[in-house]
Formats: sequence, C-alpha cells, structure tokens
Amino acid sequence: MTTDTVSPGRRVSYRFNKIGLMSLCIILAWALVAFLAPLLAPYPVGKIVNFEFYAPMSAKFWMGTDYLGRDMLSRVLMGARYTVGISLVAVALACFMGVALGMMAAVLGGWIDTVLSRLMDALISIPSKLFGLVVVAGLGSSIPVLILTLAVIYTPGSYRFARALAVNINAMDYVVVARARGEGLGYLVRSEILPNITGPVLADFGLRFVFIVLLLSGLSFLGLGVQPPFADWGALVRENLGGLSLGAPAVVFPSLAIATLTISVNLLIDNLPRKIRDQGA
Amino acid sequence: MNRQIIELVSWRLASAVVTLLIVSFTIFLATMMLPGDVAQILLGQAATPEAVAGLRKAMHLDEPAIFQFLKWLGGLASGDLGRSYANNMPIAALIGGRLANSLKLAAATTAIAVPLALTLGITSAINRNSLYDRIISGLTIAVISVPEFLLATLAVLVFAVYLRWLPALSLANETKTFADLLRVYALPVITLTFGVSAQMIRMTRAAVIETLNTPYVEMAMLKGASRRRKVLWHALPNALGPIVNAIALSLSYLLGGVIIVETIFSYPGIAKLMVDAVSTRDLPLIQSCAMIFCVGYLVLVTIADIIAIVSNPRLRT
Amino acid sequence: MANIVEVRNLKVEAVTDAGRVVTIIDDVSFDIADGEIVALIGESGSGKTTIALTLMGYARPGCRISGGSVKLGAHDMAGLGESECARVRGIEVAYIPQSAAAAFNPAHTIMDQVIEVVRIHRLMPLRDARAKAIELFKALALPHPETIGERYPHQVSGGQLQRLAAAMALIGDPKLIIFDEPTTALDVTTQIEVLRAFKSVMQGKKIAGVYVSHDLAVVAQMADRIIVLKGGTIQEAGATEQIIKRPGHPYTQALINAVEPALFAGVNAKEEAAKPPLMEVSNLYAGYGGFLDKGLPRLLAVKHVDLRVPAGHNLGIIGESGCGKSTLARAIAGLLPAVTGNILLEGKALAPYARHRSREQLRQIQIVFQSADTALNPSKSVSEILERPLLFYHGMTRRDRAKRVGELLDMVKLPRGLGNRRPSELSGGQKQRVNFARALAADPKLILCDEITSALDTVVAAAVIDLLKELQRELGLSYIFISHDLSTVRAICNDVAVMYAGEKVEQTSPDKIGQAGGHPYSRLLFDSVPKLDQGWLDSLKQDEALIEAYAVR
Repeated sequence: MTTDTVSPGRRVSYRFNKIGLMSLCIILAWALVAFLAPLLAPYPVGKIVNFEFYAPMSAKFWMGTDYLGRDMLSRVLMGARYTVGISLVAVALACFMGVALGMMAAVLGGWIDTVLSRLMDALISIPSKLFGLVVVAGLGSSIPVLILTLAVIYTPGSYRFARALAVNINAMDYVVVARARGEGLGYLVRSEILPNITGPVLADFGLRFVFIVLLLSGLSFLGLGVQPPFADWGALVRENLGGLSLGAPAVVFPSLAIATLTISVNLLIDNLPRKIRDQGA
Repeated sequence: MNRQIIELVSWRLASAVVTLLIVSFTIFLATMMLPGDVAQILLGQAATPEAVAGLRKAMHLDEPAIFQFLKWLGGLASGDLGRSYANNMPIAALIGGRLANSLKLAAATTAIAVPLALTLGITSAINRNSLYDRIISGLTIAVISVPEFLLATLAVLVFAVYLRWLPALSLANETKTFADLLRVYALPVITLTFGVSAQMIRMTRAAVIETLNTPYVEMAMLKGASRRRKVLWHALPNALGPIVNAIALSLSYLLGGVIIVETIFSYPGIAKLMVDAVSTRDLPLIQSCAMIFCVGYLVLVTIADIIAIVSNPRLRT
Repeated sequence: MANIVEVRNLKVEAVTDAGRVVTIIDDVSFDIADGEIVALIGESGSGKTTIALTLMGYARPGCRISGGSVKLGAHDMAGLGESECARVRGIEVAYIPQSAAAAFNPAHTIMDQVIEVVRIHRLMPLRDARAKAIELFKALALPHPETIGERYPHQVSGGQLQRLAAAMALIGDPKLIIFDEPTTALDVTTQIEVLRAFKSVMQGKKIAGVYVSHDLAVVAQMADRIIVLKGGTIQEAGATEQIIKRPGHPYTQALINAVEPALFAGVNAKEEAAKPPLMEVSNLYAGYGGFLDKGLPRLLAVKHVDLRVPAGHNLGIIGESGCGKSTLARAIAGLLPAVTGNILLEGKALAPYARHRSREQLRQIQIVFQSADTALNPSKSVSEILERPLLFYHGMTRRDRAKRVGELLDMVKLPRGLGNRRPSELSGGQKQRVNFARALAADPKLILCDEITSALDTVVAAAVIDLLKELQRELGLSYIFISHDLSTVRAICNDVAVMYAGEKVEQTSPDKIGQAGGHPYSRLLFDSVPKLDQGWLDSLKQDEALIEAYAVR
C-alpha cells in the first residue's frame, strides 16, 4: 500500500491574465514600430512639411507638427527606434554581464566574489544620472557611447540581483551533489543554476529596461542623449517644450509614448504568468 | 550593545570607507578621460606651447595620474577642494551656498515623502487586495514608470500654466516672505516627492506583507489578535530593517532626481552647479560635486544598514 | 460527560495553483468529551492539521471551510466571522504550534508574548498575568521560571520554547488545546521532557486536547482516543489501546508495522571485518569558520573520528542535531575539507577537497541527501538528472544512456514512464528514489546516505529502506547511513557508531546498542525512543545525572 501522493495542482499554465496580455501587446507593438519605423512614417522624418508649427492634431498630421513644422507622427515613430533600440541593446548587455559575473561570483566564492562585489558596490554608489552626465559630457554623445554607458551603469544592479539568486541556488543540495560529482564551473553555472533563476532574471531584465528608458530619456531631455537632427522620445519632449503652454500635441505624444512603454513593462512584470515568475524562485 | 553588533557595525563602516576609496578613484579616472587639455582650455587657442607647458607644470598635470589622485585625495581630506578652472574661485566657496540650497530641497522632500509613503505603504499592506490597495498600486506603478522631467513638466503645466498658482522657475534668492518661500519650493518639492514616495510605498508594502506571512503572525491571529495588533505589534518591529532600507534607497533616488529637477526649475542647487560645470568642462568642480553625491549615497545606505543591524532583535542580548 | 467539541460532516476545499478547487477534507465527524485528549494521526497530506485548525475557525490561505459544522461549546466555528472567531481564540481554544521557534516573534520578550492573550482579551491585571505565567513555567518544569520570561525567543533552546508555547496556550485557561506536532522538531532526549511536562499539566487541569501527530508511539503516551486519517477522510477511530493493540483497518496496521522495523540481519560481521576495509577514516577533524592559530577551524564540528567500513558492510552513524554527523559525511565526500586526518578508499588516501580527487575516486563514493525536494534540480526531467552521471563518469552514448536510465528506474522500482517528468510532478517517496538512482548511476562502491528517510512518512520510509537492502544484496554496495532515528539505523546497519558533540562515543552492533555496559549516552538515546506502549512514558525511569550531562534541553 502506498500512502505517497503527488501534491495536486503543480501543473500550472503559461497563460497571461488580462492586464499582462494587454501590456505585452503594447510592448510588442512598440517593438514592431521600432523595427519598421521608416516604412510606417507617413512623411520624411527630418523634413519640414507644414508652415504652421505646433499645429494641432488633424487628419493630415495625426499628432500635429513640431516646433519647426515637422510631422510629429513620423518623428514619434522614428523616436521609438532610438528609445526602444538603444535601451534594448543596453539592457541586454547589462544583464548579460551582470548575470554572468553574478553567477560566477556565487559559484566560485572566495576572493573573486569579494573583489567583484566590492567593485560593483562602488559602481552602484555613483548615482546613475551623474555617471551618465560625466561620461556623456566627456566622450561626447554618440549612440555607441550611450549604449555602453547605460550598460555599465546598470550592470552592478543586475550583478547584485543575479548573485543573490545564485547564492541561494548554489546552496541547494542538487548543486552540492553536482560539486561532489566533480563538475566544473561551466556546467554548474549553465545547467544547474541558470535554468533555475531565469524567471526572476527575466523580471529583472524588464525592470532594468524601464530604468534605462527613463535614464536615456532624462539624458536626452538634458540635451546629452541622442543628438539632433535625430531624436528619441526624451529629445522630442525637450525640443517641443516651448509648446507646453500652448498645450501642443507635439509635447504630449512623445511623453505618452514613454509612459505607455514603461507602464506596460512594469504591469507586465507584475502580471507575469506564475509559471514564468516562479521559474526557480 | 554587544560585541557582535559592534563587530558588524564596524565591518559595515570599514566597507563603506573602502567603497568610497574605489568610488573616488573611479570618479578621478572618469574625469581624467574628459577630452581636451586643461591648460590649453584655460589659456585659450592663442596661447604659445611654452605657456601651456608652463601652466601644465604649475598645475602638476605632467605628473603620473596616481600622484595627482593622491594629491587630490589629500586635498579633499583636509577640506581643500581646489580651485575652479572656469572662474578661478575656490570650489569650497562655490559649493557652500549651493549645497545648502540642495539640502533644503532634500530635507523638505524627505519631511513630506517619508511619513506620506510609510502611511500609504503600511495601510495598503494591511488592506491588501482591497480597492484602496489597488488604486495605490496603480498610481505608484504609473509614477515610477514616468521620467522625472515628465512629472516636472506635468507639475508646471498644472500649477504654473493652467492654475497659475506657482512660478515655473525657482530662484531661491528671490524669497522675501514665507509665502514666497512656499511658492519657490512647491514645484520642485512636489515633483521630487512623487518620485521618491512611489518607490518607498511599493517597497514598504512588500516588506510589511512579507512579515505578515510569517508563522508568528499566524500564531498571533490564533491568539485572537486584531488586524491592527498583528500589523503594529507583530509585523512592524520585524519589518523595520527592510523599511529603513526602502527609505534609504528611495532617498538615494533624490540624488538623481535633483539633477533633473534643479535643471528644469533653474533651482540654484549643487546639481545645477554640476550640470553647468559639465558644460564648461570644469574638472575640479565636477570631481567635487560628484564626490558629494557619492558620499551622500554611501551615508544613506550605510545608516540604513546600521539601523537594520542594531534593530535586529536576534542580535540583542 | 458533555462533549466540548462536535464536528459534523466537515468539508474543506483548497484552490490549487492552477485555480482548480479540490476537496482536502471530506465528511469528517467526531466528538471530544470534556477533559479528553483525542489524537489525529496520519501522514503528510492526510489533513490532520487542517482539521485541527478548523476547531479555531481558521483555514490557511487558499483553503476554505465549505460544509458541515464545528461546534465548540456554544459556538459553531465554521460559521463565525473573523472578529467573532478572534473573541473565542486564546480563551476557549488555544494552539501549540509545531515549531515554537518560528511562532514566537523575535522582536518581543517571551513574557510579553506569553501574556499577550490576557492583554488582547483583557482577562486580568497584567501583574496577575505575569504571576500566573511564572506558575505555569514552574508547572512545565522550565529552568529559571522567574526570569526566563525576560529573555528573547532566540536565547532559549527549542525544547524550552516548545514548553513556553504551552504556557502561552494555557494562560487564558482554554477549554481545549490543540497540539500541532509539538515535539516533531525536537531530538528524542528532549522530547521526553516536553511530553512529560505536557502530560502532567493536562492531567492536572483536566483540559480537553487535540493531539496532531504522525508518530503513533508518541500519541500512545498522550491520547485517550485516536482518529486515523488518510487523504482527508477518517479511516478508523477508537480508544488508544484498541487502535494500537487491535487495529481494525489495514492502513492502521501498516502504520503500526512501520514503527518498529526488524533488526538488520546482514552478513556476519566477524568474518567480513577481517577483509581489507573499503573505507577507512582515521583521526578526522573538520569544521567551519575561519582558522584559529593551531590550524583548527573556529567551529569544530567533528573531532578525532575513526571509522572502518568493510566492503559490503553498512555503517550507521547516529546522533542528535548538532552532533557532527552530517559534517562527517561532507568531509568524506570532500565537500567540506577535513582539517586533519586520513580518508582512505581501498587503502589509497583521498585528497581533502573533492576538486583535487580523480574522477574515478569521486565516482566510487556517492552522496544522497535528506531532502529530495532540494536534491533534484527542478528544471530538469528525471531522465536528464539520471543521464548526467552516466555521461560524466562513463561517457556513455545517447542510446546507452537512455537504456541505462530505464534500468535504473527499474532498480528503484519506479515506472519507466516517469523519466519525462519533472521533480515537482513526483511524490516525496518517488523523488527520494530518483535521488538514490542518481547515486546508483555512477556505479559507486560506497553511498553516503544523509538522513535519507527523515523527510518521508513512516510507511514510505520503510519501503525505501527495504529497497536499499535489496539493492545492496544485488550490487554489493556499502552504505554509510546517517540518521537521528535509531530504529531506522538498526534496520539497515551491521554496525552503529554513536556520535555526541563531534566525537564518536561508541561503535557496536545494532542489537547491543543501549545495553548495560555500553556508553551512557547510547543508553540514554536508546531509552528515549518512544515505544508503542501506553505505559512507556509513565514507567520510564531515566538517570537524572545522565540527562543532565547529555540532553540538550
């Protein structure tokens, strides 16, 4: 007679709830826009197409025109390419470095862990905007510099997060068994630890993406980000700030674009399907 | 206080000092990387090479970086921050009043944000999943998702443009009456409070909910304790460490927030000074401002860690 | 005699992660008379704690009382609202949790928490409450009753905390007390003290009780009646004597059989011992923390231990929590380097660190851990878990691996179809078999078993032990079997080493352990294991000096 039972309900689904699904759709839509921007834009991006600046919304110019009389819709669509593109590459770099180093530190321990952790602690105690300000001011603002700076700024956070998770997993008996078997660093990190922290790491990736979008927009707003004639959403807000008192759509829409993207990512993280969120947590 | 606590606290302080050293070196290196020869900048394009070389020697710019770093560090320690390249004034004098302005702004924000955020965070944890909790959660997500400059522009739009209650710029030296003072500080403080509180509310709520799920809170309920008692007597003392941590981390957000806010409102604080220094490539000024920001961050997180250590009941004797 | 509790057709539902509603308690009815102690016995998942908590009108998050009535005195706890329940809790019915260490709030003194019930329900002046608490401390035989209340929970031992939790329950003079596995987390030598204290207080005050446990022998000492539960339904109910002497239900019989397994009848120790040993450990020291001046670690967990395991023999290592038995296993496996001492495998010395040992040496010694929940990587399938050692040690091809995985699953008596499942889709017993199969995949000579049956229900554990014996006969393995449970060790080992405070105090054959002439600590340990006999606790005479010297109170 067996009295041994499988606890019920362990098979959970990947299904998103309503809010999660909606957020995912918005994010995917922006990603698509970033990818296809030149095809979607109704007017050449840099071209002055209207004599009236800060024009209101109309059938011809859906989002009105900017301070020079350029079509805002085209500029916002193109802006997606800079904001989403730069942020995505930067966050991918930051998380890759952070997670790889974090897992390594957790598994190896000892002086490597101590040195790496101290270094990351030091980096993290430089406020992100200040770091961005100094580097971008020094090296001048180009897209590669922006990407690298953003990546370096957000690597320590990702490192700390991944290391904390990996330290927990590293203490699990299955990792101890693998060590006793004689497995090396590569196997431990790749097969035993990484698969069990993917859920939280994914959520952290999203969170850090939001931070980077916000920081990039902030830098652009200060005039230190993407340089004219190109413009990401933060730069679009800055350019058209003069239209604020007129209530011009030119300043409203880029702001809305940032907000929809970042709010969607945050909502998606809060509403991730259990299966993904708990993966190894 | 017992030995263990003293040991942990001194360890924490020592590691803060080590971190500060690494940070100062990083800042020094980063500013060294700024392009352009300082002597050349100071003397202008028309200067002769001999004059430039002379100035370089006078400013010790020809020495190895490590000596310059040590000299600079020694200066910092003895309170000598050097002179500004841009207007040849002692940096200490430039920073003094500006720092006070920024601290005023930070203090006002803290005084409003901390009680507000703690109250909202704790009450929404108590009424978890209620309509109230959901509204707060929705609002905080919206606020943390939006860049500060957007919060600031929104505040200007509402209070200065439409309502015409407040001035759009905050020139602190124009204050004569208390009402003036309020009007000057209102917009920057409102903007910063929003950003700081949203973070703090989320983290406080999470910390309290975590302690509410512990066996000792379940036990309290099985003793007949009311919801109020469970939260105030059982959960809060144990959530203190995480909450203090949340406060420190959220306040450190101030350090970044002021850069944007002071720029937008032309508030004469240290962040504005720093942004201006960046545009004039005023190396010593940038270094000093950056150090002040980093020290601010380190002081905050170190205090939070020490409070967490001291308030940990398991370390009591 | 009036009934204080009448439960009728109780039904409790739970919502699973996937949102499905399952019935976890179905149609349970029973009564408790005034002053009577009723035991709810069953294995994990039988619903015993869930039923006990409904007596307080409480269902854990995700659960809900969906039918029936729970009459406690004049109240129907199943129908009361949260605030009405709160008025009853603490003064009519009180609760003693399984882990008092977790149930005491670390931020407040013990006294404040013991008299909290008085404060909540405004029963009496606080000064009187403190005096009453001190009386209770005395009645529960707690040391320093006058001052123990001023301490914080982390400053007293587990056994004391469990008794303090009893004082916390008794302060409101409840009519019913719920004991939720109150001694399960304790060592056997400590358990006796706590059981005695509970029993004398309950008899003195004539309070009714519900005693939730998985341990029949413990329950036999405490309860007047026993209700046997399985899968949320009652299997059998009756007086304690009837249940343990003449069980009516086959499930009850299985539980009773598992309490005292037969002694191990292995190969004759004498002739085997003459052969060269498989594993020999001499003068082993190991520990944690930084090193002190003399090259010894700050926290020395294993001191001067010698062991000898002849090929095909099993060595049991027994001791209570903190005696260093797990550290010893880790030192042998090379996970925690031994500070000094030799570890010889077939006469050849092994390096202290696993990473300095050859792959072949590593292969011959495998380690199996207690909790199969943490011992299996949750993101891999059973086949992937079993294939890794086959690839790592034997370099097998994909097809050979698949074939061998099938054989391994056969060996541990699991259906081959299980290979595609993830650990979370297996039961506790199945997980532990997979855990063991992974060790077998290496074709080891020696398997270190660290408390491998401790997390399992008794009937399941007995089956795992049978499997281990069978595999040993077939494969000629040796086990070093580490456990805190004397009867389990005696069921599988040729030799038993007793450890206390990091040292091996005695090594003897399983039938001689605890006999006169042996080490006094072994005797204490042997005497402290509860027997399936109602009079055992009352008639047990232990040497006070012995307890004083060895029991961790």
